[in-house]
Amino acid sequence: MKATRRTALKTSGAFATLVSLGIITQQQAMAAVGRAGFEAKNLADALKAVGGEAASNDQVAVVSPDIAENGAVVPVGATSKIPNTTEIYLLVEKNPSPLAAKFMIPAGTAADVQTRLRMGQSTNVVAVVKADGKLYSATKETKVTLGGCGG
Amino acid sequence: MADPMRIRANLAGDETTVRVLMAHVMETGQRKNPAGETIPAHYITDVEATHNGKAVLQAAWSTAVSQNPFLSFKFKGAAKGDKVVVKWTDNKGESRTDETTIA
Repeated sequence: MKATRRTALKTSGAFATLVSLGIITQQQAMAAVGRAGFEAKNLADALKAVGGEAASNDQVAVVSPDIAENGAVVPVGATSKIPNTTEIYLLVEKNPSPLAAKFMIPAGTAADVQTRLRMGQSTNVVAVVKADGKLYSATKETKVTLGGCGG
Repeated sequence: MADPMRIRANLAGDETTVRVLMAHVMETGQRKNPAGETIPAHYITDVEATHNGKAVLQAAWSTAVSQNPFLSFKFKGAAKGDKVVVKWTDNKGESRTDETTIA
């Protein structure tokens, strides 16, 4: 706990210094810190990086096929009926880096996004949404007949 | 440079649905070429969509997003004829911006 807080403060402090020195832009600093979750190698770490375990909520839904013919291109989306949803995260549990995508939803944009993801194998897809600072999630299993990482 | 994105934006009622198909190799960094060397990762890291200068979606992606990425989202407050601009940036610093008119 101590180590994490210290490193978090150190990192943000370091970025703040770099930004004030004009070495990197504010956007780059935010982007770099925001990518922390993408480094996580398993679902638990990725969820932690996103902000912790989120309570499962039936207002959040994962939109994905039950069976995906081609793991390289699996249509996956998430919807949230919770008002003030500001962020949506898509995680693929058994991928080498589970955090697949993060969407920032400004006011006026619907909490309804779709994309196509790679899945290495049959796995759970988790959608985590942040609304009013709180996290909610939904999970759906998708079976994959042919894995998607090209290996 | 990269091929243009195909963007369609349709207004139904008060909501605009935007569908984008980007042309990008989205190399995961896990494949090996015939010589056995790992092909380095080359993928879109950030996407930003704006309408009249205001951001309507921002996304951060990993290598898990499929090749030739597809993206669909919806937002309110636009009118027919307005422009929606989509920009992506990848991990090599390349970027591409395309726009469409809401139909």
